[in-house]
Amino acid sequence: MELDVSYRLRVNPIACTGHGMCAELLPEVIELDPWGYPILLSPAVPASVLDHAKRAVDACPTLALMIEEVTGPPLLR
Amino acid sequence: MTSIALSAYRAPELRLPRLLAGVSYYHPAGLAEHEELYGPLPLPAETPAQDRAWRQRQRLIEIVERSGLTGRGGAGFPTGRKMRSVAALAGDARKGRAVVVANGAEGEPASCKDRLLLTRVPHLVLDGITLAAGAVGADEAHLVVHGQETDLMAGLEDAIADREALGVDPVPIQVTGIPARYVSSEQSSIVHYLGGGPAKPTFSPPRPHERGVKGRPTLVNNVETLAHLALIARYGDSWFRGIGPPSEPGSALVTVGGAVARPGVYEVEMGTTLGEVVMTAGGPSERPQALLAGGYFGAWLPADLAWQVPMTHADLRAVGGAMGAGMVIALPITACALAETARVVSYLAEETAAQCGPCMFGLPALADAVIDLAYEGGWGRAIKAIATLVPLIEKRGACRHPDGATQLVRSALTAFAADARWHDRHGPCYGVSRAPLLPVPGDEEREWSWT
Amino acid sequence: MSSLSHGPALWYATRATGLVTLLLLTASVLLGLLTTGRFAMASWPRFLTVGLHRNLSLLILVFLALHVGTTVADTFVSIPLTAAFIPFTSSYKAFWLGLGAVALDLLIALVATSLIRNRLGLRAWRWVHWAAYVCWPVALAHGLGTGTDRNTIWVFALTIACGALVTGAVTWRFVSTARAGAR
Repeated sequence: MELDVSYRLRVNPIACTGHGMCAELLPEVIELDPWGYPILLSPAVPASVLDHAKRAVDACPTLALMIEEVTGPPLLR
Repeated sequence: MTSIALSAYRAPELRLPRLLAGVSYYHPAGLAEHEELYGPLPLPAETPAQDRAWRQRQRLIEIVERSGLTGRGGAGFPTGRKMRSVAALAGDARKGRAVVVANGAEGEPASCKDRLLLTRVPHLVLDGITLAAGAVGADEAHLVVHGQETDLMAGLEDAIADREALGVDPVPIQVTGIPARYVSSEQSSIVHYLGGGPAKPTFSPPRPHERGVKGRPTLVNNVETLAHLALIARYGDSWFRGIGPPSEPGSALVTVGGAVARPGVYEVEMGTTLGEVVMTAGGPSERPQALLAGGYFGAWLPADLAWQVPMTHADLRAVGGAMGAGMVIALPITACALAETARVVSYLAEETAAQCGPCMFGLPALADAVIDLAYEGGWGRAIKAIATLVPLIEKRGACRHPDGATQLVRSALTAFAADARWHDRHGPCYGVSRAPLLPVPGDEEREWSWT
Repeated sequence: MSSLSHGPALWYATRATGLVTLLLLTASVLLGLLTTGRFAMASWPRFLTVGLHRNLSLLILVFLALHVGTTVADTFVSIPLTAAFIPFTSSYKAFWLGLGAVALDLLIALVATSLIRNRLGLRAWRWVHWAAYVCWPVALAHGLGTGTDRNTIWVFALTIACGALVTGAVTWRFVSTARAGAR
């Protein structure tokens, strides 16, 4: 039986210092609030932008953005 | 208060007081007095046999689970379940022995129940720590209070010294003072501080029960919870369940304040309605318009609604409130809830740990907006400003500090929607110039004027 | 052909790749400073700074490999491969060449830790990355000391320009941090 693997994004708010690269690289999922900090529009990452999401995670200068694998049915928003 | 004989204390007709049975106005209950009142500490005998020791620990955890005791520090998490997870993880040799932390650092300015326990019946709390340490197999125990409370710490050190003289506690209890900031009394802040870091919240996961002080599984409990534990170990789980509703049994300490005849700390059965709680404190001193339940991270409830609500976590949540660490404050009709909320949110905005952007920048903006609404009149824009800010702040920090502030503001705008609309159009009401009701540290330095 | 290892071709290649390495290294340091300085414009998003910084740093490795390779292959002066990695072990201009080896080792550490940053954790990575401030001046000194183009005007001017740019950028970072801290 094949399990659905989906991915979920999480922000460590203490590590985040509001550089804003994640919102530039993944505008489909991440928006910036008035103070420059990321808002995750949905915790689940749509499969179509998975590569961009991984790039955004890599680009974060403080490693505040994290991506996790979630096995099971994909999260519904 | 005179001491109650042990047999009388065990009588089923005597429902209350339980924790406060040994409280004297004049002096803390010493060790001998404590044992006479409540009975000796039922610590299982030390045994070299590993499996017997393990079974003894499990027995106490089972009793606590069956008793249905929930945390009295605000979250209301089932204590037995917490103890079981810490004990399970501490059994794993790689994680290290467990650590027990008793949180007596009452960060809420409006709450005094922990202070009452620690100054008047400290041995109940110390018994609870020792029992908890035994149950989870801990080799380190801390009792945490605010560092500037030197008298309190001295009293606790004396009580511990008395116990040490008789060899009561297998695991020595260390009294530690933490910085007097609001967020420092949060669970992860304390664990961070005890591990050598600053008293600021940390990002979880991992939670303290998995990785706490120095990476070891840590059991953090409010001192009232541990005091209940000390009595449950003596009298059993059915005794504990004898009062209160089945879902949240037992008794709880409530700090009643605001416009009541006799403000103070009272012990009530869980599930007592908020109205009855206020009557226990002598009833309202002025006609109440609302009750603030749960302290500064709690919620405002209109008086007529709040009066019938039973004081349990579930019932309060169902009406949009919160139990918090057991506080009920009565707001009279002569006061302005928005002004009181504005003062509290300003305080909370100054007390952020300045670690997370949305809280660090959002709370001051929210405080400004609420001050605008309460004191200056929003020119029709303040409510909108608040409504925009609240979703940008809540649940975006590492700890519950921003969530508590937004919950308070939300509840104020819900319970006082008509007042808020009036303020927005016309400016401040007469209530803002009334003497402040909610205690906010440092208030004397701030200017709260009408214009 | 044997003339290749005797003639000036390899020598030119060594100097050229060395110079390009220095330019790339300077650019990388500047981009790194712009990253922490949160530089952004409408036409220059932040991810561009960080992306270029990463790609240029990897490109440095390519040119550095060529620089080392041509130096070792050049039989005019005998420099073993080990001298490129173990500082101060060459017989030819031991000190100045050794500086190059120091810079190379630091660069390897910088790139390696950056590639495994996710697993290493931010603290350890940052601690090693401070070495960039050592790597760059050491590389510059190596170029001036070992390089045989000291007297060529345009090479010297280019080196000075690199120095000025980095000094200016570091000062800018330092001042803006101090100003932000005082606020």
